[in-house]
Amino acid sequence: MLLKLFIAFFKIGAFTFGGGYAMIPIIEKEVVDKNHWLSKEEFMDMLAVVQSLPGPISIHSSVYIGYKISKFWGSLVCALGAALPSFVIILLIAIVFTDIQDNPTIEKVFKGIRPAVVALIVVPVIFMAKTAKITWKTLWIPVAVAIVVAYLGFSPAYIILLAGAGGILFSLIRKDK
Amino acid sequence: MMTFLALFWSFLKIGIFGFGGGYAILALIENEVVDIHGWMTTTEFTDIVAISQATPGPIVINCATYVGYTATDSIIGSAIATFAVCLPSLILASLAARFIYKFRDNKYVDAAFKGLRPAVVGLILAAGLTLINHDNFTDYISIIIFAIVAVCSYFKVNPIFLLMLSGIAGYFIY
Repeated sequence: MLLKLFIAFFKIGAFTFGGGYAMIPIIEKEVVDKNHWLSKEEFMDMLAVVQSLPGPISIHSSVYIGYKISKFWGSLVCALGAALPSFVIILLIAIVFTDIQDNPTIEKVFKGIRPAVVALIVVPVIFMAKTAKITWKTLWIPVAVAIVVAYLGFSPAYIILLAGAGGILFSLIRKDK
Repeated sequence: MMTFLALFWSFLKIGIFGFGGGYAILALIENEVVDIHGWMTTTEFTDIVAISQATPGPIVINCATYVGYTATDSIIGSAIATFAVCLPSLILASLAARFIYKFRDNKYVDAAFKGLRPAVVGLILAAGLTLINHDNFTDYISIIIFAIVAVCSYFKVNPIFLLMLSGIAGYFIY
């Protein structure tokens, strides 16, 4: 089990280009679709939790999922698996050569990868919306959140606090009726 | 020895206070390694960010590994900085997971998550929107790649396969 976890998160670490959010579709594929370690709902709950914690969401997600599956050792193995590919690659770069970003081959490859990364982040939003049971009536919530965070610079941490409080408030109001 | 301790402490702080994921953390890292400790110049730091974007893995890990090596000229420095930046995560996220699964059936926790789910969808969308910029979309070919990958991803083609294909396409087109 631990070995399976390690391999899954090693893959996740090795194919994440461009920061934590780019990791999400790959984690979902490995953890939800392929290995069924978490349900879609659990996965979304995990995303909410890790985004409200301080620190890198990529490592948080690995630790959280690892803990859910195999407690302490699971979290350790997943974090190690996710961090190891970058550790080795960066170390090699630091030791051997430093001008990788000026390498024309690398630049060409990345010109192809960058728009793909964006597509891989945007498209799963459609599936997440289904999992979150978003209807035409509640569509304004994710749209408003996306606008204030992306263009007005609101911190995701406040949005999460607000949304959580909103959920509790809504359930209390509904009960009163 | 002092440098090792300083590295550990700096990256521990970065791991604790870095709110909002990779890119938000960059400013904090710059402050620690360039302004406070002078482990590298601003130009070197910019290079690291570029290297981080050109290599797989979480940006924080990349920075920690790189700075750890350049500041101490040893792999041990790398390992210490990387471990330090992961340590808060290991503690916080496993505590969070433990808490969530313990109180998952509590009606307030459940209600809070019902409110959170639509917001999370918005947050991921926001991350995607901020990436639609001139760095990632240089010309019409970028838009074509974006469209093809979007359609494939909608029909559940493996994301790792799509990334490799886009990289190969980039190499031959540009």
